[in-house]
Amino acid sequence: MHQQLLYLWLAESALDAEVVAWALYDGAKGKGQALPAAKGPDAPPYATALAALEDGWCLFQAPQAGTPVGPEGASLGELQFQFIFERRVAIAP
Amino acid sequence: MEDPRHRLSTAAMAAFVADGFLRFDALIPEPLNRAALEEMKALAPGKLRRTLHGLGGRAGRLDRGIESQESPESLTPLEACYPAPSALGAVLRFPAVAGIIESLVGANPAFDHDFIHHIPAGAPRGQHLHVDAVLEPAGQAFDIQLFYFPTAVAPGGGGTRFVPGSHLRRARAEGIARYQHVLGEQHYSGPAGTLLVFHQGLWHAGQPNPSAEDRWMYKLRLNPREPQQRLWNTADLAELHNSPRDHSFAYPGSNTVAQRLRRMAPWQRGHEGRYEQMQRAALWRYLTGDLTYDVDFYQTRKRVREGVLEEEQP
Repeated sequence: MHQQLLYLWLAESALDAEVVAWALYDGAKGKGQALPAAKGPDAPPYATALAALEDGWCLFQAPQAGTPVGPEGASLGELQFQFIFERRVAIAP
Repeated sequence: MEDPRHRLSTAAMAAFVADGFLRFDALIPEPLNRAALEEMKALAPGKLRRTLHGLGGRAGRLDRGIESQESPESLTPLEACYPAPSALGAVLRFPAVAGIIESLVGANPAFDHDFIHHIPAGAPRGQHLHVDAVLEPAGQAFDIQLFYFPTAVAPGGGGTRFVPGSHLRRARAEGIARYQHVLGEQHYSGPAGTLLVFHQGLWHAGQPNPSAEDRWMYKLRLNPREPQQRLWNTADLAELHNSPRDHSFAYPGSNTVAQRLRRMAPWQRGHEGRYEQMQRAALWRYLTGDLTYDVDFYQTRKRVREGVLEEEQP
């Protein structure tokens, strides 16, 4: 079995929030189940993380709670709400 | 009225604060582009060799000393870089370019470093998304990076990828490498002579070049040597600069700087955008010197609570 990974960064911490960034890695090197295609240059393969769950991806890692907001607002760094999903796929013989 | 010094308008400065970049298509005229390209081709091997030498690579052995006219040293005042008859010098002193530079980092900033980025036709690999800043100053002062394209770059021709609005996030240089796609990101393409001007913090990456044309780009980082306060053409500042009462949830103004700073990039959705907006307002406070400046009352509310505003009349 080989692992396929889907990273989704969401606008909020809820799984049904909109996807704002994404990445895909294919441990099966294209010989397993086809990865979902982006639906356009500015459209992710899934509109929400919930849609990825519904398509059979398994949640692998969810973000920790964010740091508290200080007097100058939130400290902004990397994208806050990163969810990682996996699929384990068999390689065609 | 056109500014004789070609400095930026307040509206353009507000766009830079919001987006982290400005774009000027075909700014440099064609004869100068061709001369600059030839000079870039001549300088590229030496710049690459010196960088490799600096990084300790065996390929970077120096056969001769560095001639300052060929490549300026860091801290050189910009006006002393690439003296005539250098074509790159002529680009940097071209009135519209000089006006842009003056508006953002002062008329004579310090040369930090430059590099000639050549992506040959058919180059298969691109860079991961990254940020050049590496360390951030404690305040709001910033460097700029000029990206000058002397030849036309077709879509898919290796134009720089960048993420509008990412410049005020504090990220490790390669910590953002895994973002393969970000909503609203751009892949530069455009006519010859185009100049992009980036805030030091803007996320970007060189791209593969599957096209049949080599892609050349000159990149220059400049450090301000003076406070970056009201250096642009401020003729329209009074008209656009809003009061702290400009508040989306009460009475928002129209055609104000605040209105421009509220416009988020497609990846800045929902409430997270408010934090971006606060960072932009802080940068506008630095640029204008107006310590009371605010967008949507976030800092002003705090000042009210602290009693700072108790003597002010509505």
